[in-house]
Amino acid sequence: MTGVSAGSGIAVTGLRKSFGDLVVLDGIDLDVPAGTTFSLLGPNGAGKTTAVRILSTLIGFDSGQVRVAGHDVVTEPDAVRASIGVTGQFSAVDDLLTGAENLALMADLNHLDRATGRRRAGELLERFELTAAAGKPASAYSGGMRRRLDLAMTLVGDPRVIFLDEPTTGLDPRSRRTMWQIIRDLVAGGVTIFLTTQYLDEADELADRIAVLDHGRVVASGTAAELKSGLPGGHVRLRFADLAGLDAAARTLPGASRDDEALTLQVPGDGRVPALRALLGRLEQAGIEVDELSVHTPDLDDVFFALTGRPAATDEAVR
Amino acid sequence: MSDALTMLRRNVRHTRRNPSTVVMTIALPVFLLLIFVGVFGGALNEGVRPTPGGFEYIDYLVPGILLMTVGYGATTTALAVNRDITSGIIARFRVMAISRASVLTGQVIGSTARTIISAILVVGVAVALGFRPAAGPGRWLAAAGLLTLLTLALTWLGVAVGLAAKTAEGTAPFTFVVQLLPFLSSAFVPPESMSAPVRWFATHEPFTPVIDTLRDLLLGTPVEHGLVAVAWCAVLALAGYLWARALFRRDPS
Repeated sequence: MTGVSAGSGIAVTGLRKSFGDLVVLDGIDLDVPAGTTFSLLGPNGAGKTTAVRILSTLIGFDSGQVRVAGHDVVTEPDAVRASIGVTGQFSAVDDLLTGAENLALMADLNHLDRATGRRRAGELLERFELTAAAGKPASAYSGGMRRRLDLAMTLVGDPRVIFLDEPTTGLDPRSRRTMWQIIRDLVAGGVTIFLTTQYLDEADELADRIAVLDHGRVVASGTAAELKSGLPGGHVRLRFADLAGLDAAARTLPGASRDDEALTLQVPGDGRVPALRALLGRLEQAGIEVDELSVHTPDLDDVFFALTGRPAATDEAVR
Repeated sequence: MSDALTMLRRNVRHTRRNPSTVVMTIALPVFLLLIFVGVFGGALNEGVRPTPGGFEYIDYLVPGILLMTVGYGATTTALAVNRDITSGIIARFRVMAISRASVLTGQVIGSTARTIISAILVVGVAVALGFRPAAGPGRWLAAAGLLTLLTLALTWLGVAVGLAAKTAEGTAPFTFVVQLLPFLSSAFVPPESMSAPVRWFATHEPFTPVIDTLRDLLLGTPVEHGLVAVAWCAVLALAGYLWARALFRRDPS
């Protein structure tokens, strides 16, 4: 499995897929270099899960070309399957088996010999903090534990490319943090990660590159910083003790927008230190006292809103 | 091959972890056996005289009960396969580099073995209740072979139903058919005693020749419908296999 040449992670060109009349993926192109983390970001119904199902050889597609880990998913599905691991949004664990038995099952199906399989299972249980629960049936696990077991099962085969379909959906904040740390550790180990998420902070936190998917089309792609740059929304917020202070500041800083009720002034800017220093210098020269200052940098919510004209989380389109 | 063995081990482990599937497969036929022998047996012995030659009603009944055991076994298989589909574990197997056939063959072999064990236990209970078959070893072997073929047929059908159903409730029609058809066959009373349309159905449905053949084999009477019975089982097995394979090959929804 180490024969995969560097540079070939995932390459998708012109991928189209419809279910009946419903076009789910409308010609998407993706290029994920090996060893990087890529995030497909979009609301429910954007086509993220369909993309993962196609890339992981689970379902077919109408047109386009898809190569994963250097292999064509149509002509060499078994070579692709040998190189990938998939963890979906609903944990695919065997409820009747214990955690240890689930991992042993994966070891057997990956044709590891008994000793290697046992060692690998033991390491993964340890790493995912499941050792204490190893002998309990998976049906007794909490949501976070199931998700960790699911990912551990995916890792038994030592995949070079890992698909994580909404890996933290439905998890509590603490389990979510744990999952993020696990994903970061995987990246450090050199694997390629294809992550779908509807959480903008998650993509921001984990991905090298992000593509925003909306109604089956990639509407933007780039690094988190590239997506955020040039967007409206970055500003410095100043709050004053009284209306007189606000008036004086508004005269000093033309172009800022004022909110009389909150006694605040929003000054456009990216919040870098030199700009802040200059801003505070001008206020000090004019003898204006600032009660409170906060910097608002645009996040991916702003990106999504700017690209699609709607907030990300509220769209519940039917797939 | 090793993948199929792994799947078989998984199946056996499921049965050990969840023995209620075996208990149900045995308990329901035994319950019917008790009702028909204990409650209706006296009247049927007098009124129907199903088997000339000194046999009691229980001797007439047991082959039909065995068929019901196989039927119950197949319905638990349908449920197990459906749980695997809806839980997503089959999707996990599909994206692994393993033999695809192993997923189903492991299930079928495990289920068939479980059902045969249930059938043996039901025969044991029947003997304790007074079942006195008059078959030599050859006939026992033939009966076991036919029962195994029937089990394979109904198990493949059960697997297909489990794959086709969107939810566990979706397997209910199969359960209904498998439980109802024996009543409209020669399982409990001879079709000759039924009203004309029911008799027509009972003599032509697949379970009747299978039950009749099992009964002839076990009671030592001449086998009349052996070929028809084997043909029905083979056709059902092939249909179930092809249906299950087609369902498993298509894109999962």
